[in-house]
Amino acid sequence: MAASESYPDDLQYHPEHDWARIEGDEAVLGVTWFAQDALGELVHYEPPDVGSSVAKDSSYGEVESVKAVSDLISPLSGEVLEVNQKVVDAPETVNDDPYGEGWLIRIRLTSPDEREQLLDVEGYKRVLAEA
Amino acid sequence: MVPFAGWEMPVQYAGVIQEHKAVRTDAGVFDVSHMGEIEVEGPTARELLQSLLSNDVDKLQPGDAQYTLLTNDDGGIIDDLIVYRLDEHRYLIVANASNAEAVERWLKEHELRGSDVRNVSDDYALLAVQGPNALRKLGLEPAKAFTWTMGELDGVEVMINRTGYTGEEGVELACMADDAETLWDAILARDVTPAGLGARDTLRLEVCYPLHGNDIGPQWDAISSGLGWACALDTDFTGAQRLREIKERGPERKLVPFLMTEKAIPRQGMAIDVPGERASGEVTSGTLSPMLDIGIGMGYVPAASSKPGSELVIDVRGKARRAQVSKKPLYKKES
Repeated sequence: MAASESYPDDLQYHPEHDWARIEGDEAVLGVTWFAQDALGELVHYEPPDVGSSVAKDSSYGEVESVKAVSDLISPLSGEVLEVNQKVVDAPETVNDDPYGEGWLIRIRLTSPDEREQLLDVEGYKRVLAEA
Repeated sequence: MVPFAGWEMPVQYAGVIQEHKAVRTDAGVFDVSHMGEIEVEGPTARELLQSLLSNDVDKLQPGDAQYTLLTNDDGGIIDDLIVYRLDEHRYLIVANASNAEAVERWLKEHELRGSDVRNVSDDYALLAVQGPNALRKLGLEPAKAFTWTMGELDGVEVMINRTGYTGEEGVELACMADDAETLWDAILARDVTPAGLGARDTLRLEVCYPLHGNDIGPQWDAISSGLGWACALDTDFTGAQRLREIKERGPERKLVPFLMTEKAIPRQGMAIDVPGERASGEVTSGTLSPMLDIGIGMGYVPAASSKPGSELVIDVRGKARRAQVSKKPLYKKES
């Protein structure tokens, strides 16, 4: 079942419709409800390799629906510690639970100060209002 | 809604996968009124069509339909069509939306004394009802594929065509454009799922029906495109001589269906490598198969790599992903 629209206030957001849950020097990344809704049911997740590095504002992977391909934009720079295998096996998990079971990667932050540039939930909602 | 050949078309209603599965397991309806309709009438109509269309028009009795190609001098495909014989001297051609004018022009340029070509696209609406439960839901009896009869649904007069683009049992219903909304509502009232262009594309690709503009076109001859079965090479039509030569010699490249053997979704335009030749061909259509849950596609490859089982490598945005040439259709209902 597709999730209903929500934007948790404990996350930090990137205007390309990605979220980060920062815990110490690590962060879990995913895409927002808006992103999964725009793409439709996801059928493929192309993750980065564990151990590779991701750069803020750059693509770290792709998700695909039947009709479209979308880059995943990293909100923060870091090293990939873990890929969510559940989403690799069942990409629609992102549609069902974009902020929980549908997380995409876990990284170790290499530039922790970058978090200052991310949006809080109110800031992200303003981005959506302007879209 | 997306613009398509001057029409506003729904890509999806509830979701491509859901609509796709509804057609495979139950019944779905597509509004394909964008398709072009051209009438050819007159005592020389048969002669005109026989001289231009690839298939054997002489095989058609009133009430019959036939898949056929309009070919150029090189045997390239100007459009793929269904031609219906309406009566002794009258035929209806259903063409692809974006080619209807080209088809009309080609026919008019070759018009004979005693044949009249008219584009009647704006007069008709066309609704395709497809799926294993389609006939039962419409209250229709099964009938031979590629035939048509007149009928009626909730007071709307319809031409009931036993044709389709999904690989499922079903009909394509033509009605006057003014009746389209009434007919659409009558179909939906029979618990048929509305389906969009997205599902239409994934359904046809699973059963390897080529899409003009993607998989076939004027630049590829009908033999290389795997449509030799729709070419009556013992008749004389534009490009027939060239097609006989290509058939005799064997095409250098062939359009083949393939299945991904690694997790990836092929897309139109991606390069295909074969052993010993990089970028030997190109994906012409690709998607995830909702029924098989793997990537599927079609593309042109060298003849040596065109047999089922041949190994291909698809360049998926810089990543090499393995695929294998398959038999048609890619998806077949378990019997």
